[in-house]
This record gives sequence, C-alpha cells and structure tokens, in this order.
Amino acid sequence: MRNVGIIMRRELASYFATPLAYVFILIFLLLANAFTFYLGGFFERGQADLQWFFYWHPWLYLFLIPAISMRLWAEERKSGSIELLMTQPVTLWEAVLGKYFAAWLFAALALVLTFPMWITVNYLGKPDNGTILAAYIGSLLLAGGYLAIGSCMSALTNNQVIAFILGVVACFVVLLAGFPLVLDAFRSWAPQWFVDAIASLSFLTHFDSIKKGVIDVRDLLYFGMLGAFFLLATSIALDLRKAH
Amino acid sequence: MIKTEHLSKRYDSLVAVDDVSFQVAPGEVLGFLGPNGAGKTTTMRMLAGFVTPTAGKASICGHDIATEPLLAKASLGYLPEGAPTYGEMTVRRFLEFIADLRRLEGDRRRARLDYVIGRLQLSRVLDQTIETLSKGFRRRVGLAQAIVHDPPVLILDEPTDGLDPNQKHEVRTLINEMARDKIIVISTHILEEVDAVCSRAIIIARGRIVADDTPLALEAKSRYYNAVTLQLEQADQLEAARAAVAALPAVAEVEVSVRDARLTALPRAGATILTTVSELAVRQGLKLKELHLESGRLDEVFRTITA
Repeated sequence: MRNVGIIMRRELASYFATPLAYVFILIFLLLANAFTFYLGGFFERGQADLQWFFYWHPWLYLFLIPAISMRLWAEERKSGSIELLMTQPVTLWEAVLGKYFAAWLFAALALVLTFPMWITVNYLGKPDNGTILAAYIGSLLLAGGYLAIGSCMSALTNNQVIAFILGVVACFVVLLAGFPLVLDAFRSWAPQWFVDAIASLSFLTHFDSIKKGVIDVRDLLYFGMLGAFFLLATSIALDLRKAH
Repeated sequence: MIKTEHLSKRYDSLVAVDDVSFQVAPGEVLGFLGPNGAGKTTTMRMLAGFVTPTAGKASICGHDIATEPLLAKASLGYLPEGAPTYGEMTVRRFLEFIADLRRLEGDRRRARLDYVIGRLQLSRVLDQTIETLSKGFRRRVGLAQAIVHDPPVLILDEPTDGLDPNQKHEVRTLINEMARDKIIVISTHILEEVDAVCSRAIIIARGRIVADDTPLALEAKSRYYNAVTLQLEQADQLEAARAAVAALPAVAEVEVSVRDARLTALPRAGATILTTVSELAVRQGLKLKELHLESGRLDEVFRTITA
C-alpha cells in the first residue's frame, strides 16, 4: 500500500506542474457559482440553503470530471511512461489506485474551495449545516464515481480526446440510468428485472437522496461498488493490453 | 542469472518472438543485435514484465516473471526503448520518485542518488523539467533511474541512442565498470558498441536467434576475417597489384577500391595470407601507404545472417 501513496503523490504533483490544475479549479468555481446565482436564482429564492448549488453538480461534473480523468492512463500510454511505471516493483492495482486517488483528491480540493458559498449562506441566514455536509459528501462520492468511470475509459485508449468523449458519454449514461432517455433503450428487448437493475444504477437518484441530508448505507454501498467495478475494469483493460 | 526457455510472443498472425532460449550469467554483457522489428524490444519487454509472453518461461535471479513478478522486477534495472519518463517532473523529483518505489531509504537513498547524479553528470539539470532537456540528457536520466537501486541485473534497450560520441564513450565506460559483478543485457544496432562493451552477442532475426557467440567468434565468420588490405601510393600500380595478389593460391578473392587505391585480399577458408601478401608487395616493388590485417567485419556477418 506504500506504493499507492508514492504513486498518488507523484500524480497529484503532476496536476500542479501544468496549468491543468489551475484552469480546472478556476473554471469549476466560476461555473459552480454562476449556475447557483443565475440559473438557480440564489438571491431571488430568499432561502439560506445550498440546494441549487448542489443541484448543478452532476451536470457540471459530467464535463469537468472526464477532463481530469482523460489523461490518467491515455497520457501514460501515449508518452510510453506506462512502461517505466509498470516495470517498477509495483502491482497493477497499486498503480490504478494511486492514480485514481490522486484524481479524487484533486476533485476534493476543488470542492473544498467552494467554501465561500457555505460561508455566504451562513452569513445570510441559518442553514441546516448537517444537510450541507451530507450534500458535500454526496458530491464527493459522485465525483469519485465519475472518476472511476473516466479512469476505465482512459485505460481503453491512448488518445486523450477519445478518452474524454467516452468518459462524458459513459458518465451520462450512468447519470441518467433511471430516466426514460436511457431506460427506453433497454425496455424493448431486455427483461424487466434487467431494466430495474439499470434504473437502480442511476447516479442522480443516489445523489439526490444524499443531497437531501440522508446518508443511507445503500447509497454508500452503491458508490463504493460502482467505483470498485470500474477500477477493476480499468485494471482488466490495462492487463489485456499487456497480454495483447 | 537471466534464463529464458522457449519464450514466444505472437500478435494475432504476427510472430514477434519465436522460441527464444538463452541464459546470461553474472559478469556477462550480452549484446542483443538484430534489424529493426526483429523482436529485440519485445524480448526485453517480456523480461522486464511489461509484455506477457504467449508461451515459454523466463526468470530473473531465480524469480519467474509470471509467478513472482515483483521479486523479478525488484532485481532488475530497466531502460525502456526511447527512455520514456514523466516530462513535467524535474530530474530531481523524478529520481526521488523512482528511489521511493525502489525502497531506498535514509543514507543509502542519499548516497545512491548522489552517485547516479554524479556518474551520469546530471547535477547541472537537476531542477529542470525533463521535457526541456536534450535527447542525450533524457537518455541519461533514463539510465540513472535504471541503476539507482544498484540492481544485479540490467536490461538496457538502446542505451546510447541519441548520445554524442563523448557521451557514448561515458556510457560504455559505465557499462564496462558495472559489468564486473552484474548481468547486463543491451540491445543496439550500433555494431561498434558490441566490440566496445559486450562479452557475448546474440543476433536475432524475424523473432529467432540466428547466432549466439562472442563478438570475436562472430567476426571470424566474416569473409573479411584475416583478410589483408593494401593501400598504394599510386593508383597506376593498382591493376598490376590486383593481378599479382589474385594469383596467390591462398587468396580467394580480391576487392578493389579505385577511389583510394586500396585493395583487399580475402583468404580461402582457414588460410592466413598476411606474410605471403606482404612478401609479394616487396617483390613487386609496390609503394605502400598502408598494409593491415582485417579482424573480420561484424556488419558484414550481421548482414549475411539476418538478410
């Protein structure tokens, strides 16, 4: 597990060695606030809560998270540094987890930097800080889920643009898995239990329930298993490359 | 000890490496030669654990690459083809990262880092990012990460590619120094390098081993082995000299280069002709600029067996 930490630190430092980190954080903060104030009508509603702030997170992440995850493996493969990394005495899992945690920690940092919003609502009124904390945790889990999907998409290609597009599409499908847009594609041919299973995979349903302030074990389990599944898929994709 | 048994790698219909078996013992520097696409890099990648073999086995210091990959990798220093690194990192941070993964700690970590930085002359560029460095420096950073943990086995894919003659010489000196107690495998298509550093050479073509011998023994297979080359003062003596040399019974063939008034007499198999050719030159009154014995040309052997 020590290697996970070493790989994570290197990866995290590499975000800040390029403008990527700063551009990402800046855009994330700008959009998160713009959506809350303009689309969410923060002042007009006259309520001291962050409901509309979190409402936009799944949509904001849909494009911003694949922008972080697209480089995870595609860049290593393109530059050939994956050969250097995988010939060090580290396991594939340590590398997959190390890089994933770096990306997640980075997303967490961006999220933490939205704290002025929290200060603002506390200044303006008396919000339910428990609900806000739950929503922050939900948002972090959501980012983790998107990142696991993005990591898998990045492992499939050595082209970052393709990794980005695959990431957005895959995240979109999982995000809206409970909605007709996605479910109709399955209804015509799949059995009902399968359609129900797909429906229960939706990011949005699980995020919504946490956002309301209820952290249910089932929701935690959902995000944990979804992340584990896509990280496993990541390592299988990388392993297949090696055997091929 | 490196040991491979019937190592093979197939990509769909393409056979990249076909039934390769060899052993390398400590103290040996094995040169891996072959045309581009012959399977050198694939073989090295399999040994380093980056590519999974389709068939066959390989072990490094007794650790099978399939069943004990971490132990095999821990005994190995590996320079991948093209010396890929993380371009956005500084040389210092990159080497520290590798030292961490290699479990170097405390005084030993500091000593080993100092050693490789000094040995590969990286101190001037320590705080530059790797992507800003010249090709030669990048190669040296790649070499530094391969030897930082002082591994018993080194596999270096084209270690001197992109270096200038001075740097090439430096790297060869380094390899020769390390050769005493390590196992070193290098791939190269610079044939002079084989003479300079290798105690043994394997020539590989279309995925198969076609020759496995010392560089000297390989050179002895050359038509030029024990051939004698004369360079004349005056080109007008060339035709007469050619006829006289060709008439010698031990001479199989004479090659003439009119441009620099040079002729090369190739001996019949096993014959030595230096004495007879030099006596002939005196008898004929040839004015010589140069007379020398060829040791055999590796490039010619290489072309003959890989064509």
